Amino acid sequence: MINFVLLFSRQGKVRLTKWYSPYSQKERSKVIRELSGAILSRGPKLCKFVEWRGCKVVYRRYASLYFCMCIDSEDNELEILEIIHFFVEILDRYFGSVCELDLIFNFHKAYYILDEILIAGELQESSKKTIARLIAAQDSLVETAKEQANSISNVIAQATK
Amino acid sequence: MSLSGMRGLSMFISDVRNCQNKEQERLRVDKELGNIRTKFKNEKNLSPYEKKKYVWKMLYIYMLGYDVDFGHMEAISLISAPKYPEKQVGYIVTSSLLNENHDFLRMVINTVRNDIIGRNETFQCLALTMVGNIGGREFAESLAPDVQRLLISSSCRPLVRKKAGLCLLRLYRKNADVVNIDGWSDRMAQLLDERDLGVLTSVMSLFIALVSNNTEAYWNCLPKCVKILERLARNQDVPQEYTYYGIPSPWLQVKTMRALQYFPTIEDPNTRRSLFEVLQRILMGTDVVKNVNKNNASHAVLFEALALVMHLDAEKEMMSQCVALLGKFISVREPNIRYLGLENMTRMLLVADVQDIIKRHQAQIITSLKDPDISIRRRALDLLYAMCDITNAKDIVEELLQYLSTADFAMREELALKAAILAEKFAPDLSWYVDVNLQLIDKAGDFVSDDIWYRVVQFVTNNEDLQPYAAAKARDYLDKPALHETMVKVSAYILGEYSHLLARRPGCSPKEIFAIINDKLSTVSPPTVAILLSTYAKILMHTQPPDSELQEQVWAIFRKYESYIDVEIQQRAVEYFALSRKGAALVDILAEMPKFPERQSALLKKAEDTEVDSAEQSAIKLRSQQQMSNALVVTDQHPPSASVPVSQPGPVKVPSQNLEGSSPDQGMPKVNGTVDKIDTQPIPSADLLGDLLGPLAIEGPPGTTPSEEQNPISGYEAAPNSADALALSTLTEESDAVQPIGNVADRFHALCLKDSGVLYEDPYIQIGLKAEWRAHHGRLVLFLGNKNTSPLVSVRALILPPAHLKMELSMVPETIPPRAQVQCPLEVVNLRASRDVAVLDFSYKFGTIAVNIKLRLPAVLNKFLQPISVSAEEFFPQWKSLSGPPLKLQEVVKGVKPMPIPELANLFTNLQLAVTPGLDTNPNNLVASTTFFSDSTKAMLCLIRIETDPSDRTQLRLTIASGDPALTFELKELIKEYMISVPTASPVPTPSPAPLQPQLLPVADPNDPGAMLAGLL
Repeated sequence: MINFVLLFSRQGKVRLTKWYSPYSQKERSKVIRELSGAILSRGPKLCKFVEWRGCKVVYRRYASLYFCMCIDSEDNELEILEIIHFFVEILDRYFGSVCELDLIFNFHKAYYILDEILIAGELQESSKKTIARLIAAQDSLVETAKEQANSISNVIAQATK
Repeated sequence: MSLSGMRGLSMFISDVRNCQNKEQERLRVDKELGNIRTKFKNEKNLSPYEKKKYVWKMLYIYMLGYDVDFGHMEAISLISAPKYPEKQVGYIVTSSLLNENHDFLRMVINTVRNDIIGRNETFQCLALTMVGNIGGREFAESLAPDVQRLLISSSCRPLVRKKAGLCLLRLYRKNADVVNIDGWSDRMAQLLDERDLGVLTSVMSLFIALVSNNTEAYWNCLPKCVKILERLARNQDVPQEYTYYGIPSPWLQVKTMRALQYFPTIEDPNTRRSLFEVLQRILMGTDVVKNVNKNNASHAVLFEALALVMHLDAEKEMMSQCVALLGKFISVREPNIRYLGLENMTRMLLVADVQDIIKRHQAQIITSLKDPDISIRRRALDLLYAMCDITNAKDIVEELLQYLSTADFAMREELALKAAILAEKFAPDLSWYVDVNLQLIDKAGDFVSDDIWYRVVQFVTNNEDLQPYAAAKARDYLDKPALHETMVKVSAYILGEYSHLLARRPGCSPKEIFAIINDKLSTVSPPTVAILLSTYAKILMHTQPPDSELQEQVWAIFRKYESYIDVEIQQRAVEYFALSRKGAALVDILAEMPKFPERQSALLKKAEDTEVDSAEQSAIKLRSQQQMSNALVVTDQHPPSASVPVSQPGPVKVPSQNLEGSSPDQGMPKVNGTVDKIDTQPIPSADLLGDLLGPLAIEGPPGTTPSEEQNPISGYEAAPNSADALALSTLTEESDAVQPIGNVADRFHALCLKDSGVLYEDPYIQIGLKAEWRAHHGRLVLFLGNKNTSPLVSVRALILPPAHLKMELSMVPETIPPRAQVQCPLEVVNLRASRDVAVLDFSYKFGTIAVNIKLRLPAVLNKFLQPISVSAEEFFPQWKSLSGPPLKLQEVVKGVKPMPIPELANLFTNLQLAVTPGLDTNPNNLVASTTFFSDSTKAMLCLIRIETDPSDRTQLRLTIASGDPALTFELKELIKEYMISVPTASPVPTPSPAPLQPQLLPVADPNDPGAMLAGLL
C-alpha cells in the first residue's frame, strides 16, 4: 500500500502531498523535512529506493520535480516506480508537456488527477484513456456550472439595469 | 493557464513566488491567513465561489508548510453544497487537510452517506474517493454496507464500482468485521470474473487484503486468479488501453501474483500446471530493453513471479533458474535492478535451501557493500548477514570489519552488531573471536554496546587457553595513541586478571602494565575509573614478591580517590587500600574470577529480538542454529575444591543491589573471590551484567539494567539452544518464575469489549485471540505463537465451559515449532443468558520448564448482543407490555463511577447496546436497546433505561426489560458491573510482580465478580 505521495521541487518546495495513512500535522511536516533532505542529496546514478523508518520510499525525478511514494517494505518497488511514471504521463497529456509551473498554478488539477489514479493507497485505474475521459467530464461539469451561474447573473444584471 | 478563472488565487500564488526570502513569504502568507479568517467570520456573506477560492488558498498555504488551524469547518461545509464545483472542492480539500482521526469528519458522515446512496454518479465518485482516502472506523461501521452494495451492483458503471472496491478495502482495513466472510467468498469469486480491467484492478487489491486474513475462505478464488494471470501474461483479450509499454497491465499482473502468494500450496494439478507454465514464461521471456519504463514494468512482473516461485517452492530446476537470474541481477549496472537482486536473494535464503548456490556470488555481494549507494549497501549487508555460516564467516566478518572504518554513521551501529553476532555464532576458533571483537571496539567503540565487551570478558574468563592471548592483545591495544574508552575498560579488565601470564614478555612487567593503564586514568569517566582501581588491586596482588615502588604508586592513587565524589569509586579506593595492606591474605581475597555459568548471549538474544517476527524466517534461524560453531561453548565446570568460590553470594546479583550489597556495614566488601559463605550451587543469574559486574561491585552503567531486570528469565531461553547439559541442570528450580507479560486480567477485560487482541503472553508464548460473533454463534480463533527458536512441547489446551455455553475446540497440536504460530478455532454456541465465564486450561513445556495457566475466555454475555435501533413507536408499546418483575427489573445503583452522559453512552456502545437519543426527553436519562441471541431465547429484544441524577453522579436508576427473566437479571448485573468498576487497561503495563503460580488462576482482582466466578469453576 502507498502510505503517501509527495511532490517537491529541487529547492525542497512542496508541490503536492497526499496521505493515505493517518499522519498528524506535526508528523507530516517532519516526514517532508526528513525525506526531501534524504532524497535531494542522492546522486542521479543511484537506485530510486530509499529505506526509511521501516518503509521504502520510491522516487523519480522529472526535470526540477521529485515524485515520491512511500510504500511498505514488502511491496513491489518497480511497480510503484511505474505508477509514478503513469501519473506523470497523464499530467503531461492533460497539460500538454507539463512543467513545474503548471503544477504550481493548477495544483488542484494535480489533486483531481491523482484521485482518479489512486484510492486508499492502491491503483484504481491503469488506462490513460479512461482517466483522461473522466477528468474531461469533471472539467465540463465545472464549466457548465459556471456558465449557468454566469447566465443567471447576466439575467439579473439585465433585469436590474 | 489560470486556475479555472480564479484570479485571486493565481495572484496569491504569484505573490508568494515573487517573495525574495522566507521572511517575506511568511509575511505574505500571514496576511492572507488573516484575510481568510476575517472572510470566514462573516461566512454568510460569502458566495460559493469565494468560499471555494479561500478554501483553495488554505490548501495551498498548508502545502507550503504553514500551520492552518482554522477553516476546516468551511472546507467541510462545502461537501454539503448542492452543486458539483463546490462539492468537489469540499471533498478534495477535506481529504487533503484532515486525517481519519479528525473529529470534524464525524459531522459529515451523513452527508457523505447521502451522496453514496444517492442517484448522482459524480457525487458518488467524490464521496467514495474521500472515504477511500481518509475514512476511519466510524465510516467503516456506518458506510460499509452501502459501499458493498455499489461494488456488486449490476446497474452501477465501472467508474463507480472501481472506487467502491477500493473504498471498501479502506473500510475493511479500518475494521475487518465490516466484511462478512461467509457471504464474501462467493461474491469475490464472481467479482474476479469482472471483464473491466479497471474494476478488476481494484477488486484484486481488495482480494489481497481479504485473503491475507483468511486464506481458507477463498480457496474457490484460486483458479480464477490463475486464469486472470494467464489471460494477462498471454495477452489474450486485453484492450489496447490497458497495455503499458506493450505489457498487459503490469500492475494487475503483480497484484494477482501477490494474491496467489497467500495460498499455502496449489493442490489441483491442472491449476498448478497452468500457473507454472505462466511463471516459466515470465522467467524466461523477460528481456532487458532500452526503454527504462518498459524495463521497469516487465521487471516488476518478473520480480513478483520470482517471489511466487519461491513461495511455491517449485521444482529444483525452476529454483535454480531463479537463483541464476538473481545472480545476473546483482551484477548489472542498473542500480534499481541490482538493489532488487540483493533484496530478493536475501528473501530467497529465508525460504529455500539455496545457500550453496548463493555463496558462489559472495565476491560480487561484497563488492556491493562498497557501492556508492547506501540503499544498495544496506541490502548487501543484510544479504551477507543472512548467508553467513561457518564456512564463510571468517571472510564475511573480516569484510564487515574492514568496511566499518569507512561506513556511514547511519549504518555503523547495525554493522557492528551484525559483525559481533556473526563472530559469536560462527567463530572458527576462540582467538579469532577475541580479535574480531577487540577490532570492533577499536574501530567503532561508540557503536558497540556493552554487551559486546561483557561477552568478550566472559569467554576469556571461561577459556584458560585464551587468557594469555587475550592479555597480550589487550596490552598491544593500550599502545595505540587514541583509544576508545570501551577499549580501556576491556583491556584493563583483562590485564588485571591475566597480565601476570605475560610477565616474562618484554614490556609486560607489572610495573609497565600499571604505567600504561594508569596513563589513561585521567582521561576516563567514573565507571571506567572504578574498573581501573580494581585492575590496580589485582596487579598488586599478582606481584609476588611485592614491589614496594609499585605499591607506593598504587597506594597513592587509592588515597587520592578515598575522598572522591563518586561513592562507588570512593568505596573501592578505601577498601582496596585496606585490603592491599593485608599482604599475603590478599591473594585469596583477590583471586581470579570464577568461570561464568553458561547462558544465552545477550547479543544473540538481541539479534533474535530485532529480527522480524515472522514464521517465514524460522527456516534460516533453524539452520543457523544447527550449524552454529561450537568453538564458543562456554564451559561451566565448577572447580571441585570448595576453597575456590564458584559463585558470588546471593545479595549481589544485580547491579542495582550493589550499593546496598557493598555498603560498609556489611563488613566484607564484594571483591573478586570474596568468600562470605561457600555456596556450591551457582545462582543462575539472568543477565550478563549482573554476573560480570556483581562480584566487582561496580555500578552498572545507568540505563542498561532495567530492561534486563524486568525479564529475569531471559537467561533460560538459551538453554535448549546450547548443547550444554550443565546449563540445563540449574533450570528446573525456578521454573515457576514464568511470569506473564502484561496484566492478564487487563487483557481479558480489554477483549471483553473488542474482538481481537492478545489474551496472554509470557516470554515463551503469545496467545492471541480473534473472535467473530453471529447471533448466538461465535467463532474464536486462538493464535498460539511460539516466541522462541526452540519448539514448545506437550502443548495442551482444555476448555472448561460454563453450563450455558457449548464450546468445541479443534485439535491443538502437541508441539509448536520454533517461531511458528498455530491457529486453533473454537466454536461457541450460547444456550441461554448467563455471566459465567469459560476458562481455557492451557499448558506447555519449554525445555524443562512446565507452565500451566488458566485463562478466562472473553465469550461473555455482551458478545451475544447486537445493537438495534428502535423507534419511539416500537419502543413504548414494548416497554409498557413488559410491566414488572421478573421481566422488567429496576434497581437504584449506588457507588457508580461518576461518568458524564456521553461517556456512559460510549460504554453502552462498547457493550453493544444501541443508545437511542430522543426517546427520553430528559437529557440526564439514557435509553438503549439491543438484541440478545441464544439458543433458547433466539433473538430477544432488550430495553434499557438509565436515569441519572445530575447532582449526584455516583448513583442512578437502572431499568431493564426483556422477555426472559434470566436475561433481564443477567443483563442488569452485567451493566452494573461495568458502571461500578469500569475495567480499563492499566496505564502502564508492568509485569505483575508476583510470579504466576502454576495451578492458580492468573486473575487477581477479588472485586471482579467475573474473575471470582471463573475462579470457582
